[in-house]
Parts: sequence; C-alpha cells; structure tokens
Amino acid sequence: MDVVWLARLQFSLTIMFHFLFPPITIGLALLILLFETARWRTGKDVYRRASDFWLHVFAVTFVVGVATGIVMEFEFGTNWAAYARFVGDIFGAPLAAEGVFAFFLESGFLGLLLFGRKRISSFARWFASLMVALGTMLSAFWIIVANSWMQTPAGFRVEGGRAVLTDFGAAVLNASTWPRFLHTIAACWTMGAFLMAGVAAWYYLKGRRSDVARVSLKLGTVMMVLSVVFNVATGDHHAKQVAATQPVKFAAMEGLFDTQTGAPLVAFMLPPTQEGPRGGPAILVPKAASILAFGDPNAEVKGLRDYPATDWPPLAVTFSTFHIMVAVGGLMLLIGLAGLWLLWRGRLETARGWQRLAFWGIPLPMVAIQLGWMTAEVGRQPWIVQDLMRTRDAVSKVVSGPELVFSIALFTVIYLLLGALWLFLLRREVVHGPVTGSEEEVRHAAA
Amino acid sequence: MLPLETAWFLLVGVLLVGYAILDGFDLGVGMLHTCVAKDDLQRRHVINAIAPVWDGNEVYLLLGGGAIFAAFPKVYATVFSGFYVALVLLLAALIVRAVCLEFRSKLPDPRWRTTWDWAFVVSSLLPALLFGVALGNIMVGVPLDAEQDYAGTFLGLLNPYALLVGLMTVALFVMQGAAWLNLKTEGEVREKARKRAQFAWAALLALWLVALATSPFATPQLWAAYARPLAWAAPVLFLAAMVVFRVLLARRRPALAMLASSFATALLLAIVGQGLYPNLVPARGMGESLTIANAASTPLSLTVMLVIALVGMPIVIGYTIYIYSRFRGPVRLDEHSY
Repeated sequence: MDVVWLARLQFSLTIMFHFLFPPITIGLALLILLFETARWRTGKDVYRRASDFWLHVFAVTFVVGVATGIVMEFEFGTNWAAYARFVGDIFGAPLAAEGVFAFFLESGFLGLLLFGRKRISSFARWFASLMVALGTMLSAFWIIVANSWMQTPAGFRVEGGRAVLTDFGAAVLNASTWPRFLHTIAACWTMGAFLMAGVAAWYYLKGRRSDVARVSLKLGTVMMVLSVVFNVATGDHHAKQVAATQPVKFAAMEGLFDTQTGAPLVAFMLPPTQEGPRGGPAILVPKAASILAFGDPNAEVKGLRDYPATDWPPLAVTFSTFHIMVAVGGLMLLIGLAGLWLLWRGRLETARGWQRLAFWGIPLPMVAIQLGWMTAEVGRQPWIVQDLMRTRDAVSKVVSGPELVFSIALFTVIYLLLGALWLFLLRREVVHGPVTGSEEEVRHAAA
Repeated sequence: MLPLETAWFLLVGVLLVGYAILDGFDLGVGMLHTCVAKDDLQRRHVINAIAPVWDGNEVYLLLGGGAIFAAFPKVYATVFSGFYVALVLLLAALIVRAVCLEFRSKLPDPRWRTTWDWAFVVSSLLPALLFGVALGNIMVGVPLDAEQDYAGTFLGLLNPYALLVGLMTVALFVMQGAAWLNLKTEGEVREKARKRAQFAWAALLALWLVALATSPFATPQLWAAYARPLAWAAPVLFLAAMVVFRVLLARRRPALAMLASSFATALLLAIVGQGLYPNLVPARGMGESLTIANAASTPLSLTVMLVIALVGMPIVIGYTIYIYSRFRGPVRLDEHSY
C-alpha cells in the first residue's frame, strides 16, 4: 500500500470536509454583524430576531467547523512529520498566531453571544458580534498565511536540511497571501449571502412570509451581487499573482503546453492529459490569457513544456477544477444580478422563479470554493512547498499503511455521521424558522 | 541553558497548565455528567455549566499544539507521528465531544438525548485517559531512532507507569469537574458533585503516592532532578493545595475550593516539568533525547513568537475574565440555554 497516497487521501478528506463549514460561518458572521449593527442603531425588533435566527444556524455550523478543525491542527505532525521538521521554524508561528489572535476571540465572544444575550447591554451584544466576525476573519488570515507560504515561500533560507526564518514580515506577507486571503474571504461572503437569500427565498416559496424572511432576502440578495463582484476582482488579482509567481500552475490551469505570446484564454476545451492536449472542440478567446495575466495582449505566457514533466501537477484536475469554478462563478453572478434587478423593480418577493433558483443555488458557492481550493492545492503538486520540498518526501515515516487505513476509515465514518447530523439539524433549524413579528408586522412585511 | 528556549519550555508548560485547568474541568464535568445528573433538567444544568466556555477552554489545546509545532517542531513531529493511533483516537473523541453539547438539546426525544449524554461521557473520559498515558510515556521516555522518530509500537505505549499516569489524569480532571459543578450548580447535583470531588480527591492522592513510590525506578531520568532539595517545593505545595482543597470542600467554600484544585493541577504539571527539563522527550533504551537545545526553532522564530504571545495573551486573558464574569453564579436556564 502506498503510504504517501493514503496520507494525501486522508489530508484531502479531512481538509475538504472541514472547509465545508468555515465559509458558512465566516460569511454568516459578517451578515449577523450587519443585522446586529442595524439592531443596535435602530432598535427595531426585526433585526434582533433576524440576528437570533441566523445565530442558531451559525452555531450549529460553527461547532462542526471547530470539531473538524482540531484534526487539522495536529495532522501536520501525525501524517507529515518530515514536513513538520522541515518547515516548523516558519509554519508553526501562523498556526500559533491563529490560536492567540483568532480562536480565543471567536469562541469566547460566541459563548457570550449565544448564552449571555440576557446578561449584557445592547452595545456589548453588538460588540460581541463584531469580535466573532473579526475572529473568523483573523482565523482565515493566519491559516492562509501558512498555506500561502507553501505556495510562494519567502523570508527564509534553507540551512541544515530545514527552512529557517530570516524575515517574519516577508514570510507572513508573501506573494500570494493577500490575493489568496481576499479571494477566499470574498468566496466566504458569497457563501453566506447565498445561504441567507436561499433560505429566505424558501420561506417565500412555502408561503411563510415574515419580517425576518424579508430583511434576510434583501440583505442576502444585495450581498450576493457585492460579494460575487468582489470575487471576480480578487480572482483576477489572484490569477495575475499565480501567473507571475507559479507559472507551472498557471499553465496547468489554462492547459497551455507551448510558450506563446498573445496566449488565448480557454473558454471551453476538453481537459488535457499529462501527454498533451486532448483535442476535440474548443472555444478560445484570442490574446485574453495574456491580457488577464499580464495586462498586455502580446505578453508571453510560459507553457508547460518549458518545465520538466516531473514538475507538472496533475493537469486534468488542475484544468477542470479551475474552469468549472469560473463557470459556477459566472452562474452565481447571473443569479445575483437577476435578484438585484428584481429587487430594484420591487418584484423580488413575488418572483417565484428566481426564488426557486436562489434556493437551489445555495450549494453553488460551496462547489466553487471546493473546486478553487483543489486548483490551488493540486496545482501546486508535486510540491508540498513550491520548489523546496516534494510531497512524497514529506510524510511521516513511522506511520504504516494499515494505521492510515484505520484512521481514514474512522474519520470517514465519523464525518459521514457528522455531515448527516449537521444537515438534519440545519434543516430542522430552518423549518422551525425565525421568531416572526406580530401579525401586524408580518402583514406589513407582506404588503 | 539558553534563555529563549527555556522561556518557551515555560510558555508551553503554561499553556498545558491552562489547558489542564480549564479543559480539565469541562472534561471532568463530561465524565461526571450521567453520574451526578439523573433527569433531563439536571443534565441540562450540568451541560449549561460549561456551555459558554468549553470551546474557549479547548483553544488551549490547539494553541499548545501550535506552540509546540512553532517552538519545538521536532517534538511535534516525533510525538504526534509516533503516538499515531492514540492521537487518532484522541481526535475522534474530541470531534464527537464537540458536537455532543450543541446537538444534544436540539431534539426533545429522550433516546436522542440519552445517546448524546453517554457519548459525552465516553468522549470526555477517553481524552483524559489518553493525555495521561501520553504524558506518562514521555515521563518514562520513549525509544527513538537515529532520526529521532519514534521506534516503539502502539502497545508499547500501554506500559504500567503510563497507565498509572493516565488514571491520575482521569482522577485529576474528575476532581476539577466536580469542583466546578460544586461551584456552578445547586441542590442535588451540587451535593453529588461534592461527594464525587471527595472521592476523586482520595483517588488522586492514592495514585499520586503510588507514582511517587515507583518513580525512582520507573522514571529515573526525572527523579534525578529531585536530588536538589529545592525541587521538593513543588510536591510539598501540591500536597498543601490538596489538603486545602479538602478542607474548603468540607467547609463549603466552592469558589476557593475550585481555586485550590486548579493550583493542585498546576503544581502536578510543575512536578513533571521540573523533572523533564531540559528534556522534552527523553529517549529510553535507544536514541538521543529531544531537548530544548536540539529540538527548538531558531532564536529569530522564538523571539517573534514570544512577542506574539506577550502581546496576544494578556488581551486574551483580559476578555476571558470579562466573559467568565458575565456568567458568574450558579447556572440559570433561559430560552437560549441548551
């Protein structure tokens, strides 16, 4: 049994399952903060009830994120001991910083927000929601610092068989930190927005109009558009950075084998194999890849064949995940713009077609997020730290195949159970619904 | 020894003490859950006694893990890969435990709730036992190969002394948890918690005396540190804290008793830390020990993290005190409780 393959399987299983939850909580934390701000400033009860309801959805999701996150903190040691020894001087610090600056903040103030609502002032309640939102974002920041260092390492030198820190600032704010952080945060906000608008739309479809559903639908729809536009901008920023700093990954994303000036953008193509392009129908936008990557229609884009094939990532996966992510992003933009137009025309609350689309569109941001991370992580292969350490050299030598099979089986069983329970309880929370206003308020909301 | 490495030895120790005190009491509450609370209302009181704070308490474990990774990467790599099966079981238990609290009270169905109640007990017991066994093995020393990787087996971890430390940890956490419930609940639950605290106290003391008697043979490397008379301050203070705890418990001073129990917890870890220093993972039988000198990160990295810790932790401690103070007094259930 190939131990490297099993260790990679386990890591992808645990990280992908874990990352189903943080985007929802990071996204919702911002939206809850907005409701809390409205509640605190206007004193209107509808915002308090909206915040209460979304806090329930937040809490049931947050706990699964926490539970599955514990595994991640230790997995670099259990399964990637050689990696841990090689990068510990640099990679441990952001993980520790995440604990100091983010985990305490979000867990502490969430406890206060969930259980202490009756014991604190209106301002303190708002402040707690601010700290929870800040905590989720700081958590994202520090873990993305760690990941980005694996993609575009900086601020170090290799000494005595390990990477040694020389410049903390440069290591933290390496070439891909900001592009990756902003693009990830944008995606998380999109996830929150689609969940909020989709759930609110479902209430309308079921004839359960309420003041809470109304404010959720409006806020969700506006945030859909804002966050997706932010995604497009940050995605462009991120792609330019990948083209500049990880040219092999960029060539794999575009399926470009031969270096060319004025490289076209692939709108549609069958995914390439490691041997070469697959052929078949293709839609290419002339010079667009050069423009997008370097802002110049005649810029040279490096092809895969400029690099040894042993340094190429799995091309079909890198190419496909990237292109499907972009397509899903386009679909989300259309849904968001249609919603905004309906909102502007005052027809959002009666547009059943769009409401169905919004409800069934809830998983779209999650699909895009998972695919995008697959592009980022698979696209970095065969390296665990770009150009410094290969993934196959990074595993724990003392962990055997059977031990890995045991842990994979155990995590799979627990995660399947956990996923099913989470969906069940989330559905229950939504069906139970928010505390709605008085009949008059509801009638007013429906009018 | 080099001051930075020593500072990080102490800091990791402080984080583990923080973990043992804070998550110690909520793991203890978990182990006691079904035994001090019989009906649903009592159980809800028990759960809500830790509901607002358990997640923050567990952060000390994550931070401890992160700090060991950052300050002593070789320890992180060797211990976690070496104790693989034990670690995986620990993680599985912690995952289940995390969702127990949140999920339990979501449905009124008694079978649903009872299932989660027992899952909570087991998933609280297992981590306590595994932490103790892991610590016991480090105290005894582990076989290491030329690359300082673990050279033993999973079954090799289950040696008598390590199991003894495992049981001690269970007793200690039960004592912490009972002291917490004694402080945060009222009536029947509090009475039962107080009795369990007495029982756990006696068990801990007995197990500790056995450990003391066997340590010269089982952990000679640690025992060597106790050639210096001053080193005996920690065990003496531990015994004093234990006596004070027992008296305060009898005199029904729950807040002070909780404090005494927490001191005992800290001192127990100090006894171990004092013996280990400057080793982090002593080698036994074969290999070279992992020490603060050969396992540490570079001075620059340690300095940067020291700054992070010295800036961040006072803020954390500040708002943690504020949050705990909002939940002062016995648990009162409201519509937001579990």
